[in-house]
Amino acid sequence: MSTLDPVAVFRTEAAECLEAIEAGLLDLTHQLDNKDLVDAVFRGLHTLKGSGAMFGFEALAAFTHHCETAFDRVRKGEVAATSELVAAVLAAQDHMRALVDQPDADHGDTGSTLLAQLQAAVGGKETPTAAAPAAAAVAAAIREAPAKQKNSWRIHFSLPANSMANGTNPLGLLDELRDLGECTVRANTSAIPPLDELTPTELHISWDVTLTSEQDRSAIDDVFIFVLDDMELSVEDIDGAAAATAAPAAEKAAAPGAAASAPAVPAAPVPEFRPVEAVSTKREAPAAVSQAKATENVRVPAERLDELMDRVGELVIAQSRLSQLASASSDIALRSVSEEIERLSGELRDTMMVLRMVPVATLFSRFRRLVHDLARETGKVIELVTEGESTEVDKTVIERLADPLVHLVRNSIDHGLETPAGRLAAGKSEAGTVTLLARQAGGEVIISIKDDGRGINRERVRAKAESSGLIQPGQPLSDSELLQLIFAPGFSTAAAITNLSGRGVGMDVVKKTVEALRGAIDIVSVPGQGSEVSLRIPLTLAIIDGLLVRVGSGRYVIPLSAVEECLELSLEEDLRSRGRSFISLRDSLVPFLRLRDLFRTGTKPDVHQKVVVISTGMERVGLVVDQIIGDHQTVIKSMSKLHNNVATFSGATILGDGSVALILDVGHLVAAGQQQEAQLRVAG
Amino acid sequence: MSATATTAERFDNHWSYAEEVEVLTFDLNGETFALEAVIVQEILDLLPETAVPGSQPFVASVINFRGKVIPLADLRLAFGMEAAEATIDSRIIVIEIDLQGEHTLVGLRTDKVNEVTTLAKTASEAPPSIGMRWRADYINCLVKRGGEFIILPNLQAIFSSRRNAAGAAS
Repeated sequence: MSTLDPVAVFRTEAAECLEAIEAGLLDLTHQLDNKDLVDAVFRGLHTLKGSGAMFGFEALAAFTHHCETAFDRVRKGEVAATSELVAAVLAAQDHMRALVDQPDADHGDTGSTLLAQLQAAVGGKETPTAAAPAAAAVAAAIREAPAKQKNSWRIHFSLPANSMANGTNPLGLLDELRDLGECTVRANTSAIPPLDELTPTELHISWDVTLTSEQDRSAIDDVFIFVLDDMELSVEDIDGAAAATAAPAAEKAAAPGAAASAPAVPAAPVPEFRPVEAVSTKREAPAAVSQAKATENVRVPAERLDELMDRVGELVIAQSRLSQLASASSDIALRSVSEEIERLSGELRDTMMVLRMVPVATLFSRFRRLVHDLARETGKVIELVTEGESTEVDKTVIERLADPLVHLVRNSIDHGLETPAGRLAAGKSEAGTVTLLARQAGGEVIISIKDDGRGINRERVRAKAESSGLIQPGQPLSDSELLQLIFAPGFSTAAAITNLSGRGVGMDVVKKTVEALRGAIDIVSVPGQGSEVSLRIPLTLAIIDGLLVRVGSGRYVIPLSAVEECLELSLEEDLRSRGRSFISLRDSLVPFLRLRDLFRTGTKPDVHQKVVVISTGMERVGLVVDQIIGDHQTVIKSMSKLHNNVATFSGATILGDGSVALILDVGHLVAAGQQQEAQLRVAG
Repeated sequence: MSATATTAERFDNHWSYAEEVEVLTFDLNGETFALEAVIVQEILDLLPETAVPGSQPFVASVINFRGKVIPLADLRLAFGMEAAEATIDSRIIVIEIDLQGEHTLVGLRTDKVNEVTTLAKTASEAPPSIGMRWRADYINCLVKRGGEFIILPNLQAIFSSRRNAAGAAS
């Protein structure tokens, strides 16, 4: 833990904090009167400010302070949360991110501009342009609001004994109280146990504070806002004499006159304990932070995981050899060790599989902000719906899909969705919906971007393709071929170049990226009803259940999810089907492929050949194999670029005996089967 | 072809910086070949091979190399020689090369692995344009040593052109 760079720890924490703030703000845009969200954003800003200052990010702390102040006013009901305010803070939050990443860089006037926007959004009287006046105005706004009249309060508070372990620093609370006004603090040390029973990390002191301030009561509550739930707090208005109890457990009301009769001791009345507190607080706070991080996520370079994966693969192979030896041996001790290792390596393998898998939620969540920004930019009303967020995909796939998805979402919003007026005219609801959907289908994950907009205008696509020479005028094209044209480089149907899209870059990049992942893109578009673009991506590194089969002397894995049923190819059926390669399966014709022929094994067929019927959605194809070996859990290993041209296989896997088996690409086989069937139809 | 040029350049640079280069020599069909020693990962006895139907003949199979599935190439076929049966001396040399900017492990089937040795730049010659049985662009240079020539194959050219040809065909 000592090697952890505290600044790096802070950056990670700040990034999470900013994400939470952003999520809160985005939620807030939909429900501006949600008090909980306002509080959540305020707390996020407050934490960021506090820890920013603690780690020496002064500019960040100073800047965040203004946003916090603005939200504080919302929280107190002085101003209403408006979409302008949320937008201003969203923009400000980007600036904070920049301040976290490059605290020393010159950020120019960005800060002051943002503060001016913020000021305008909270309805300030002035609209200053420079940073300092704006900041001052925001800060002043809150100071002006409360009553000018000075009040005196008698405050008694005690914190739970373990509160320093949670990162609370009572000295900080006292400092904050002192900032409110003239303060007299008296520590109650009566609860401190004898020295030999003392645990230095526990807190035994409670405090009595007499405070004279022109702030109102809520300012005092704010000091304790983050610890209020666990502590005891009583606040007494000396002038008004009416005791107000804030905390739920306030049985320890301050003894009347205790503070008054006490000598006026400045902030730290027990100096001999102060060093202990200070040291333990310092030690505890960062430890708590890094512990929390460690359980949440550990960042590991992907190649290290790959290495670990390979080692585990080797281990499993070595273990299976050990099992073979052990089963042949009569040594009971050896057998029991072998069984133990078999179990352990199996568990290790299972754990390994899921290490790199992350839910697509991490990918989808990025789009909330994008959609929000685009909605403001285009003036369209957009609702983002996400489904299947728990679908897990390899982390590298997620990373690589981020950019293509941005293009596709932008396209849906810019080209697909109509303006609110246009939608109403078309008899639709004012708000357009963009749906991001993920699901796993066999060895693939399908990520779709769906909108309920106007759909793709075929005539325009064709006209554009003809004018740019992509196709011959009048060239006959199937609908899917026509739609695929939008992925051609330099293709754009946007009449005018907008900020969002239409520069003719993007879709071809999308296609390239998806193909680099060995995936494919399907487009479905219904004029007037919307479009759906589906990315089918193989899980490059995943475990799938497979059916291990033998064809000739080779072994192959068929993804079990695609397998419908297995049947025997009877001798007469085999002979009868010499001319036409399909079998009749419950009154429907299923074409089949003889893998032995396809793979040119040059071996004779087994006497009892089997047909594995596979399907991808609508299509069904039978695969004739020599033998079905059984279920096999498969780690998919991608093949090198030297085998990129072999579409029949989606990858390879290593079997228990260390040999390699290839995994069949069901989609390609079905396509091949259809082709064969079509040829037969033409021929017959 | 730019990738080929870069590798050739890199090789030349290496050559010119060092004046000599450390290589691993091996036999293939009675000829002696050499690979830069730095790209060699490991020398293995023959392993069970898994044929990949539909692939280029010279990379027709894959092997399990320490938990990774890597292609096994037969340079014999790349150079248009006849395929041959494995012998007791046959070994697999695992090398790491750049394919489209991606580090790729490839196994090379060889008849016999000889030694690690040092070749001097002064002894190297560009492949002659005629009088060779093999494509000149598959060869980086020839190095004369003790009355015979050691062939330094241009791996980038071999693997790239095969891949490009395959890409064009599909």
